[in-house]
Amino acid sequence: MAKQNIRIQKTNIKLSGSERKELKVSAIENGTVIDHIPPQSVFQVIRILSLDNISNQIMIGTNLDSQKLGKKGIIKVSNKYFESEEINKIALVAPSATLIVIKDYTVVYKAKVEIPDNIKKIVKCINPNCITNHENIPTKFIVIDKADLQLQCHYCEKITKKEVMNFI
Amino acid sequence: MKAAFESPFFLTKNQHKVVPCFFWVNLPRNNLFVMKNKSLVSIHDITKDDYEKILNLAEKFEANPRQKILDNFVVATLFFEPSTRTRLSFESAASQLGARVIGFSDASTSSVKKGESLKDTILTVSNYSDVIIMRHPREGSARYASEVSPVPVINAGDGANQHPTQCLLDLYSIRKTQKSLENLHIAFVGDLKYGRTVHSLVIALTHYNTTFHLVSPLELKLPSSVKRFIKEKNLEYHQYTELEEVIPKVDILYMTRIQQERFADSLDYERVKNAYILKNKMLENAKKNLRVLHPLPRVNEITEDVDSNPKAYYFNQAKNGVFVRQAILATILGVNISN
Repeated sequence: MAKQNIRIQKTNIKLSGSERKELKVSAIENGTVIDHIPPQSVFQVIRILSLDNISNQIMIGTNLDSQKLGKKGIIKVSNKYFESEEINKIALVAPSATLIVIKDYTVVYKAKVEIPDNIKKIVKCINPNCITNHENIPTKFIVIDKADLQLQCHYCEKITKKEVMNFI
Repeated sequence: MKAAFESPFFLTKNQHKVVPCFFWVNLPRNNLFVMKNKSLVSIHDITKDDYEKILNLAEKFEANPRQKILDNFVVATLFFEPSTRTRLSFESAASQLGARVIGFSDASTSSVKKGESLKDTILTVSNYSDVIIMRHPREGSARYASEVSPVPVINAGDGANQHPTQCLLDLYSIRKTQKSLENLHIAFVGDLKYGRTVHSLVIALTHYNTTFHLVSPLELKLPSSVKRFIKEKNLEYHQYTELEEVIPKVDILYMTRIQQERFADSLDYERVKNAYILKNKMLENAKKNLRVLHPLPRVNEITEDVDSNPKAYYFNQAKNGVFVRQAILATILGVNISN
C-alpha cells in the first residue's frame, strides 16, 4: 500500500520487544490486520469489506480476550491493503477498530478507523418510501453527525440514526 | 467544500466550470448559478442569490408571459401520480413560451404499469425531450432521475420530500405582496409536520431574517430537522395552538391543508381536521399588508367568504406559479429573454 493512500491518522509506532512478541504470535508476512473489532461485528466487517469474495489467506478470530474491550475480534488478511476510504466504512459497525499494516513482519502503519464523510451501499435508508427501497439503486448517505452517527440519505434527505440503522 | 461520491452532482474544489452539483444550504459553496443546464431537485440545491435571479426573471415573464423563446424545445411532464395544479401550471408555462409538451399524467397510462424501472423510463423519455418535469410518489426519485438522465430534471414533487418550484412561487408571491422578503413575520398554519411546502419555505425564508409563527396541533408541529435551520440562523420562532392570536401579528398567513392520507388512524385525523378554519371576520384585526397564501388545494381550512377579501392571495399565488416556472425553464434550458 502506497504511503499516500493512507489518509487516516498515523500514530507513533513503538516496536518494543513485547509488541514484537505479541505480533509474532499470529504474524503475517505482508498484509492488513484489523484489530479491536467488537465480536458481534466481525462478520459484518467481513461483509462490508467483501472479504468473503477474495482468494487471499484470511485469519479470523473472535471472542478473544482484550484489555481494552473485554472481548474482541481480529481479522488478518495476507497480501491485501485497503484504501482508507474503504477501511473507514467499517467504522459504522466497529468504531473501536484499529488498522495495522504489516510489511515484512513489521508494523509499518497503525491507525484508528474514522467514520467517513459519505457512506455508500452498506446502509439501508430508514424511510420506507425512499426510492432506494423500491428500485435497484445503491444507497448513498452523507454523515451529518459523526459523534451521534446520523446519516442523511442523498436521495430522500431523511435522516437515519444509529439506533435504527440497518445494514444491507 | 470537499467533493463527495463520484456523482456529477458534487462540485469539486477546483472546478470552475458550471457542473451539476448538490449542496446543503448550511454548507459553504461556490457562488455559482448552479441551475443553468442542470436539474432542480431540492431547495437545498440553490442559494439566496439563485432565488433572487429566478424571482427577478419571473417578474420579467409576468410582464410579458407569451414569448416564443422555447419554440425549439420539447418539455416532458412525467406525472407518476396525479397533480392537476402543478402539471397544468408547468404545461401552461412551457406552452406560453412556445415549447411542445409531451408526457403522461398518471402512471397507469405509462410503461410503469408494465413493470418498467424509473431509470428505463427516464432514459427513454430523455431521448424525446430537452427537459423532464417529474412528479413521483417515492421520496428521492427526483434526485435519482437527475443522476441517470442526460437531460435536466425538474422536481415537481417527490413524495413528501421536496417541491422546489412551489417554494419559489411562494417566495415570489411573498416578495410581490410585501415588496421585500426581508424582516417579515410569517405564520404557517395547519400541518407543519408533513407539509413539504412548509418545510421548504421555512428553510428558504431563513435567508431573510424572518420571524416564524408556527400554528399547529401538538401532533403536527414543525419537525426538529426543519427547526434546526431556524436555530442555526438564530431567528425567532413562536409556536401556537390557536390561530386567532397570531393573525394581528403577521404579514403573511400561510394556510395548509391537513392531509388525511398522512394519518394511519382515521380517528386521529378526525380530531384535528377542523383545527384551523380561517373565516373572513377573523381578518378584521389583521395588518393592512397581510396576505393569505395557500399552496392549494384547500378543503375547508379557508371558508369561501375569504375569497373576496383583498387579503386573499392564494389564486394569484397559483397564477404566479406560471411565471416562476417559466423562469426556471428558461434558466435550465439556458435561454435568454428580451426585456
